[in-house]
Amino acid sequence: MQKYSIFNLIKNAFSNHQNWDLAWKDPTPKKEYDVVIIGGGGHGLATAYYLAKEHNITNVAIIEKGWIGGGNVGRNTTIIRSNYMYDDNALFSEFGMDLWRRMSQDLNYNVMFSPRGIINLAHSDAQMNVFTRRGNSMRLNGIDAVLLNREEVKEIIPMADFSENVRFPIFGGLMQPSAGTARHDAVAWGYARQADSMGVDIIQNCEVTGFDISSGKINGVRTSRGDIKVKKIGLCVAGSTNILAEKLNMTIPVETHLLQACVSEPVKPVLDRVVTFGAGHFYISQSDKGEMVMGGDLDGYNSYAQRGNLPTLQHVLTEGIAMMPFLSKLKMLRTWGGIMDMSMDGSPIIDKTHIEGLYLNCGWCYGGFKATPASGWTFAHTIAQDRVHKLNAGYSLNRFNTGHLLDEKGLGTKTWIS
Amino acid sequence: MLHIKCPHCGMRSQNEFAYGGDASIKRPELNKEISDLDWDNFVYLRKSLRGKHLELWHHISGCRQWFKVQRDTSTHEIFKTVKANEDI
Repeated sequence: MQKYSIFNLIKNAFSNHQNWDLAWKDPTPKKEYDVVIIGGGGHGLATAYYLAKEHNITNVAIIEKGWIGGGNVGRNTTIIRSNYMYDDNALFSEFGMDLWRRMSQDLNYNVMFSPRGIINLAHSDAQMNVFTRRGNSMRLNGIDAVLLNREEVKEIIPMADFSENVRFPIFGGLMQPSAGTARHDAVAWGYARQADSMGVDIIQNCEVTGFDISSGKINGVRTSRGDIKVKKIGLCVAGSTNILAEKLNMTIPVETHLLQACVSEPVKPVLDRVVTFGAGHFYISQSDKGEMVMGGDLDGYNSYAQRGNLPTLQHVLTEGIAMMPFLSKLKMLRTWGGIMDMSMDGSPIIDKTHIEGLYLNCGWCYGGFKATPASGWTFAHTIAQDRVHKLNAGYSLNRFNTGHLLDEKGLGTKTWIS
Repeated sequence: MLHIKCPHCGMRSQNEFAYGGDASIKRPELNKEISDLDWDNFVYLRKSLRGKHLELWHHISGCRQWFKVQRDTSTHEIFKTVKANEDI
């Protein structure tokens, strides 16, 4: 594999950049693999990469119905954070933060990780109390958390509405300075390129049509490009989880819902943090191109449509304008929708299943992007060792039967009401 | 925007309604012995497939009645709406 470096950049400039190697190949599927990962999104690509890197399993195929990075990893708001209260979520996410910090060097691909900090705004005394508790929990788990009062918030984001007569005055906020953003496409491409160089086959335009299971064991997978013999399959398909689960006669405690996001026209640098509105559901950051990147609530009903409806967008942007009135002057450049795998307690599932050789990775709700490296790392461990790692032990499938729920937001089984 | 026909009030726009999820779920009968697993499945398992989906909606800014809607989850086409105690 050609290394990406300043010297290679200069060298290739002499031939007008016409002679770069392909970043990954386009192989035809082999008859047999050691592991097949279904889903060529961020999590699937990361899983294949860590299978090869950490466990020396390189006879691996990633099967993707469309093209790699064309799903949620290519359509999110790129926020990376670990500001969780519960131990399972906090330790998992903080492990991921470590991987994010080293990712560009590790993958030899600039993922533009920008630890600019995230501020969750509080709009009441009660909310300040809740944030104090969450901040303390984070610090006990070694995550940086700073509680800001109103004046301190005003110093950092003076463009927010600090006038006296607003419906939701800003009381303060909880900040995680080490949180940030990264370039989402580069994450998918970086993992794909490294996985490919270690021998992983990335098979695109290949739909899974069925599974070959006998006496409770995986024997293979049927695809639109032929049958493949394999003993271990990792299911990593986010919003399409229940479509594939139906082929396995399983029902997963996950519902598929639609989330929209949008960007404004590019403007000069105005916001150098990620900020979330505490009286509703709205988050915002500014991209390197200058666009304001915004998102918020789910559309609120089961959907596989990958396109949203305007009432939700209007509701979300109303919150945005309440928080930062200058947003009302901006023109909208693009909006888009993706389908989210909403689990019944708001936390993900990375686990074995009752079928031997079938491993499940789903339920990321709308927080899947930040989890990409940690999810791939722990899922690779679970597949390679046939047992969960302590980092993903809390993300078990049977917690809905044992009662060990990870209900971080306290939303019960209706996580689509946010 | 979805246009939903409330069986009591007629066609209204989406923002008058709140969503209630899978309408095929039946609460286990009272005073009947059921296994923990059956109860867990009632609480946590929902149908969430691509295509026709039977779901509950609440006309919260209208007559405040619950009713059933049959809708396609990939095209958002609404086929039929009936009162909550009726079958589709």
